[in-house]
Amino acid sequence: MSRIFAYILHKGGVADDSAAELAAAARKIDRAQPCTAVVTGWGADLDKVCESLRGAYPEIWKIAAGPLAYPNAELVRQALLAVIPAGSVVLVPHSHFGVDLSPGLSIKMNAAYVPDVVDVEGAEGSWLKTVRQEFGGQVSAHVHCDISAGAVLNIRPGAFRAEGDAPAEGRVVDKSAQVGAPTARRQYVETIAAEAGDVDITREQALVSIGRGIGEEENIAIAEDLAEALGAVVSCSRPVVDAKWMDKSRQVGSSGCTVRPKVYMACGISGSFQHLAGIKGNPFIVAVNKNPKAPIFRVANVGIVDDILEFMPALAKRVRKESVPAKTKGAAHD
Amino acid sequence: MEILVCVKRAPDTSENEIQLAAAGGDIERDDLVYSVNEPDNYAVEEALQIVARTGGSVTVATVGGEEDEEVLRREMAMGANRGVLISDDGFTGSDGRGTAAILKSFVETGRYDLILTGVQAEDGCAQVGGMLAAMLDYPFASLVTSIEVLQNGKLKIAREIEGGSKEINHIDLPCVLSIQTGINEPRYVGMRGIRQIASVPIPTLGASDLGMDGGAAGRAAAKVRRVDYFTPPEGKGAKILTGSREEIVDQVMELLKAEGGLN
Repeated sequence: MSRIFAYILHKGGVADDSAAELAAAARKIDRAQPCTAVVTGWGADLDKVCESLRGAYPEIWKIAAGPLAYPNAELVRQALLAVIPAGSVVLVPHSHFGVDLSPGLSIKMNAAYVPDVVDVEGAEGSWLKTVRQEFGGQVSAHVHCDISAGAVLNIRPGAFRAEGDAPAEGRVVDKSAQVGAPTARRQYVETIAAEAGDVDITREQALVSIGRGIGEEENIAIAEDLAEALGAVVSCSRPVVDAKWMDKSRQVGSSGCTVRPKVYMACGISGSFQHLAGIKGNPFIVAVNKNPKAPIFRVANVGIVDDILEFMPALAKRVRKESVPAKTKGAAHD
Repeated sequence: MEILVCVKRAPDTSENEIQLAAAGGDIERDDLVYSVNEPDNYAVEEALQIVARTGGSVTVATVGGEEDEEVLRREMAMGANRGVLISDDGFTGSDGRGTAAILKSFVETGRYDLILTGVQAEDGCAQVGGMLAAMLDYPFASLVTSIEVLQNGKLKIAREIEGGSKEINHIDLPCVLSIQTGINEPRYVGMRGIRQIASVPIPTLGASDLGMDGGAAGRAAAKVRRVDYFTPPEGKGAKILTGSREEIVDQVMELLKAEGGLN
């Protein structure tokens, strides 16, 4: 079996959660094969990250170079190609960075590429058996990959559970000399932080979140009305922002906000993994969708198979019926 | 600027409830509604807007069969200047790498300053653009959310990254960019536009037209094979509420009270 490497994402001197998940994925691919972490970067932050990985990886390859201080995929690719032996299996998180790096890396390694792997089910000869999802998670697929010339596997964040079994104290090996100073035809200029919106959905206790199922911009008023009745705020998934119906600051997901409400009502949201990645803190999820196959039903606490444009007004009416006396009582107190 | 946009015909996931076929292994394809892969419309729109500012032309190309011609016509009705169907029996069963190799051969028959793809198709792979760039040895950026043409043979682009932030880059031309949805508002295509383009001939190019030797694409070359489809594991799974809408609303009301959803 080929050597396995894991590319570690990190920020501000802290390794990403995916670092431990890649180690778990590597064990599932080949338990007998130790997996080597590869970390690129610069300065004290890089050293801190390498040190922090010693409990999870038996060997950590450190690549330090000034141009690698920001993870530009073109530069990182050159660095990886300089140190990783031909025929290796390279694991990368299927993140904004992973989709930038891995397709091109696989070509330059002359290796196979499988994106967004959610599981691994062993091997048959040189063919590794992976599991993916298609159609926004509505169906799964067995995808076999010939790793005889190596492979790049992008691993879905959260799909492999980090295990507790700590290996021996890992050692950090400095591979920087093999890399030198990489150059790129794509230059990183700056990062522009997300603009704050009119409300901060990350602080709300209850969210009425709408997706593609809202159908038309005018229908957002229906969700606003339900949210008002509940004392909640309207958030949304990507298609609603793409259509310019709601502000980016209302988007829940890996490309938007991470929310931690007590209750999350997902209305007409299919439940892509990018969307689910933005819901933290284990809220009570109520999903309403007319497609009974929608992946959101696999993660929600309760599901309602219905048209949200019918269901939301019915619920709003019911909530108002109940809460009017309660509100009056509250007002008398004030 | 000469721009190539690589497009694909795909089942419209928003319109389709995907079911497994009774025989197993594949999805039920008979009733699927196919259209152009939605993100590709954003890529074509972006190309049209760039050409409107800088001059040049937009070519749309797809790798597929006769049935895929309709997506080229749709993008031509949006305003693309020409469409090319890349089709060959030997291309059947290509993986992402094979498709990228086919597109590379096509790119080398012309002169393009900029190559765009949609961010991903229904399979969620998001791979062909990055592979194509590496094969051509062009720079690449994924998840692009804005493009500004600079004077010095470069583009200033924004990429989407975590948490709603944007990463600004300068990138040399020629390059390959994968375009994120939401970058623009793709123009509407009416029946009239489609009719106007209906009789425009669309050239079909095969492996020999592209000077492709055997072995770079097709089933035998594929290092990655989808073996079958299956129903995803249930996970913890939602408790599906049943009854009339009124009854369900009552149940939800009780649950919301218990879970702190009423504020």
